[in-house]
Amino acid sequence: MRLWNQKNRLKAEKPALPLEVLEPIALSWLLGALLLAAVPRASELPIWLTLLFGAILIWRWLIAMRGWSLPPRWLLLVVAVLACAGVLIDYRTLFGRDAGVAFLSAMTACKLLETRTLRDGVVLVFLGYLLVMSNLLYSQEILLVIYLFAVVLLMLAAQILIHRQHAGLKALAPIWLSGKMALQAIPVMLILFVLFPRIPGPLWGLPKDAYKGRTGLSEQMTPGTVSELSKSDEVAFRVRFNGPIPPPNQLYWRGPVLWNFDGRRWTSGAGAPRNTPVPFTPEGTALEYSVILEPSNRIWLFALDLPALLPPQTGMTSSFQLLRQQPVNEVYRYQMRSYPNYRTGHLDPIERTTALRLPARGNPRARALTAEWRQGGARPEALIDAALFLFREQAFYYTLNPPLLGSDSVDDFLFRTRRGFCEHYASAFVFLMRAAGVPARVVTGYQGGERNTFGDYLIVRQSDAHAWAEAWLEGRGWVRVDPTGAVAPNRIQDGLYAALSDTEELPFLARRGGDGEWLRQLAMSWDTVNNSWNEWVLAYGPDRQKEFLSGLGFGPIDWADMTVAMTLMLGGFGLLVAGLRWRNRGPRDPVVKAYLHFCARLARRGLARANQEGPLAFAERVAASRPDLAGSVREISRLYALLRYGPVVSTAEVRQLQALVRQFRA
Amino acid sequence: MGAVLENGLDLAIRQVGSIILGKERAIRLALTCLLARGHLLIEDLPGMGKTTLAHALAHSLGLHYQRIQFTSDLLPADILGAAVYERQRETFVFHPGPIFAQLILADEINRATPKTQSALLEAMEEGQVTIEGETRPLPEPFFVIATQNPAYQIGTFPLPESQLDRFLMRIELGYPDVQAERALLEGEDRRDLLARLPVAMAPEQLHEAQARVSSIHVAPPLLDYVQALLTFSRQSNRFRSGLSPRAGLGLLRAARAWALLHHRGHVLPEDVQTVLSAVVSHRLHPAEDSLEQSAADLVERLLTAVTLPA
Repeated sequence: MRLWNQKNRLKAEKPALPLEVLEPIALSWLLGALLLAAVPRASELPIWLTLLFGAILIWRWLIAMRGWSLPPRWLLLVVAVLACAGVLIDYRTLFGRDAGVAFLSAMTACKLLETRTLRDGVVLVFLGYLLVMSNLLYSQEILLVIYLFAVVLLMLAAQILIHRQHAGLKALAPIWLSGKMALQAIPVMLILFVLFPRIPGPLWGLPKDAYKGRTGLSEQMTPGTVSELSKSDEVAFRVRFNGPIPPPNQLYWRGPVLWNFDGRRWTSGAGAPRNTPVPFTPEGTALEYSVILEPSNRIWLFALDLPALLPPQTGMTSSFQLLRQQPVNEVYRYQMRSYPNYRTGHLDPIERTTALRLPARGNPRARALTAEWRQGGARPEALIDAALFLFREQAFYYTLNPPLLGSDSVDDFLFRTRRGFCEHYASAFVFLMRAAGVPARVVTGYQGGERNTFGDYLIVRQSDAHAWAEAWLEGRGWVRVDPTGAVAPNRIQDGLYAALSDTEELPFLARRGGDGEWLRQLAMSWDTVNNSWNEWVLAYGPDRQKEFLSGLGFGPIDWADMTVAMTLMLGGFGLLVAGLRWRNRGPRDPVVKAYLHFCARLARRGLARANQEGPLAFAERVAASRPDLAGSVREISRLYALLRYGPVVSTAEVRQLQALVRQFRA
Repeated sequence: MGAVLENGLDLAIRQVGSIILGKERAIRLALTCLLARGHLLIEDLPGMGKTTLAHALAHSLGLHYQRIQFTSDLLPADILGAAVYERQRETFVFHPGPIFAQLILADEINRATPKTQSALLEAMEEGQVTIEGETRPLPEPFFVIATQNPAYQIGTFPLPESQLDRFLMRIELGYPDVQAERALLEGEDRRDLLARLPVAMAPEQLHEAQARVSSIHVAPPLLDYVQALLTFSRQSNRFRSGLSPRAGLGLLRAARAWALLHHRGHVLPEDVQTVLSAVVSHRLHPAEDSLEQSAADLVERLLTAVTLPA
């Protein structure tokens, strides 16, 4: 008990720490930087939160400027609890990406309301850095990254100002300083970027909702899924060929292969992927290329028919589909080799059964039609031709907006509406083939792509999404048949825009060959920048890193070597900087140091001391060109001359000189 | 006492300045030279006020003044004096020459023969005269202002380099500027003005001022600078030969005197720079392939090439 009392007394006697209060100017910079950090997400946050954030920012600024007092504790508590509840109500959680960012924004705003001292300011600066980084969870586009860089510079400037608020920095000095610091950090950034060991797979888990909302192909196909996707001009992936870009009729980018049909919906029935390429007999030469895939949150990798190579950590199904172990959540680049001409082997019985299976009932007219075709005892090739002939000769239309189909979707399409998009044609074709006894399956993916003439690579957009069919023929194996080509041949040759008559819904960038050509050219050159950004920055993963480092002549290098190299380079850089500083170290004489400081300030105003110019002569020259400074310049110079060349140096006078130089404003 | 001294010096400068118009810098340099116990060579065309300057300086400082007009038939004895036999006393009595004065104007020194020139220069150097085995000290202070017409005039014996080195400074007066010329033309006769000139300071004060010169503080960084100047003159290929140690001593002494004249107890780099041209221009000669051929350019080169560390 006595101990307790003693402790209490000690605590009471301890003098309060002198707390440095945040000056309005430093606070203004901080508020500005926080505002800019929050801007990119502002439209995505719940409206009440955006308003709250803005209102608190303005309120806090008025408090600082007008000298009002901070809100009482209880009010702060009420705001914080309400904000917390608001986030909970909106997102049903406080965790995960969206709720987390919203919560961070709300709490940053609340922190502002109790920010009074320098220490609070520092806490806010770090909250600000977090806020900046949270933007990268949503997008890593080059423009956003440049913007965030600028915000970081500003945040750093605010931090500098917070720590040196009494140093009397000039208005733009913090920016200048933070820019200088950022420039100095660039070598370290590059070393870390290039050499920090990249580990396959995510280093730490991001919340599950971090990758939602990506557009792309889906695992199943119903009428309308591909045509919906075609209305987006987002880039799916870009491809750089190690030779000329092949003709469009070879550009079939293989995605999910669909085996199972329930009368309306096609779903995949692929077996487990194997970690060796599925063998086939290539005919002719191979195509070598690299694909830079945009994040899709899917495990699919796309390759031209037929892929003969496996990227690391990837397997291949028996239907030649590439599957990665982890979903592609970052820009991912991989090397591929494909043979456009090929023969696959025999069909095993299980697969044959699956490739012929149809729902027990439904679509009687289609079945009747195929029965008619088979009566002639036609060979499978003739059956394919018959089906394509049907699409070509009857009044079929290729359209983005087909009418709705009834329960017998294939019948409805073939005999009633006759208007459809590629999934309708592929689906109907495979149905007909199966009904006619020819093993067949639907393949989804992308077809074609746009050549970027500036960067000489191919851009494949979501609007290039496509579905086609494969039929199995004795002696040749799986053969690609694209019924869309029978209806709209220019879809294959020139892309979607050329093939459609109702193009209003196509976004601008998907209108290849449309008007506004110069604007498209502009977009293409911008895409080149994006592609380089993707290839060299975002897709710089473990494989790219190894490739790059061995390209530099390091040979095979593992993560341990990289760590050593990185440490050595960082250490070397540190030593280099230290060495340079040591060589250029300023004079130790405080008098000379202060005077040099003074000279540097004048030099920034274009009044540099000449090499041989003495202090008084220099002062007179400055006084002549800047009469407003004459007094202080003469005084500083006189004092300096006295201290430097006079017989005695008194500490008081040195202090006086230092103070004068500090207060000097050129 | 210090203030009295400084006032006296300022007054002297003002007084001489009222007679030699618009030449304050030359006057100050002349006085600096006197305070540094050096001798002054004024090189200029006739009629520029050389004589008047010397006369005014002597008057203002209350110095015993002698003028020696150098001619081609002037003999050493005409300057130094000679022992003359006096019949009444039956001994040789020394009759001192005009050199036994405190301020001597050696007018047109390059008109005399080298033999006569060297008699004067030796006396200047040693501060004493030895005639027929007897050494006689020269008065204190002893200050020679020699004038010389530019060497290209006919019938002259230009001073050799070794002799030039005896002069602490060489200056030129140059033409007066427009305003000074106007005031000169409008004003009274200079000789009348000179006659009315009061004495600005006593000889003891001048002596004390001369003594004070050596107490002016010289800081290590300033010595660094002076040494850098000397080193550059010796190492650069612009100069035929570098500055001698005597030149270095003279430079520092002149800078001290200049600082004293400006009421400062320590020498600043500016002091060195101001007196530099007067002290070294007659000691530096361009190398044959040097870009700078005139003395002024050479000094300018020296001044700009050597960095003054802050």
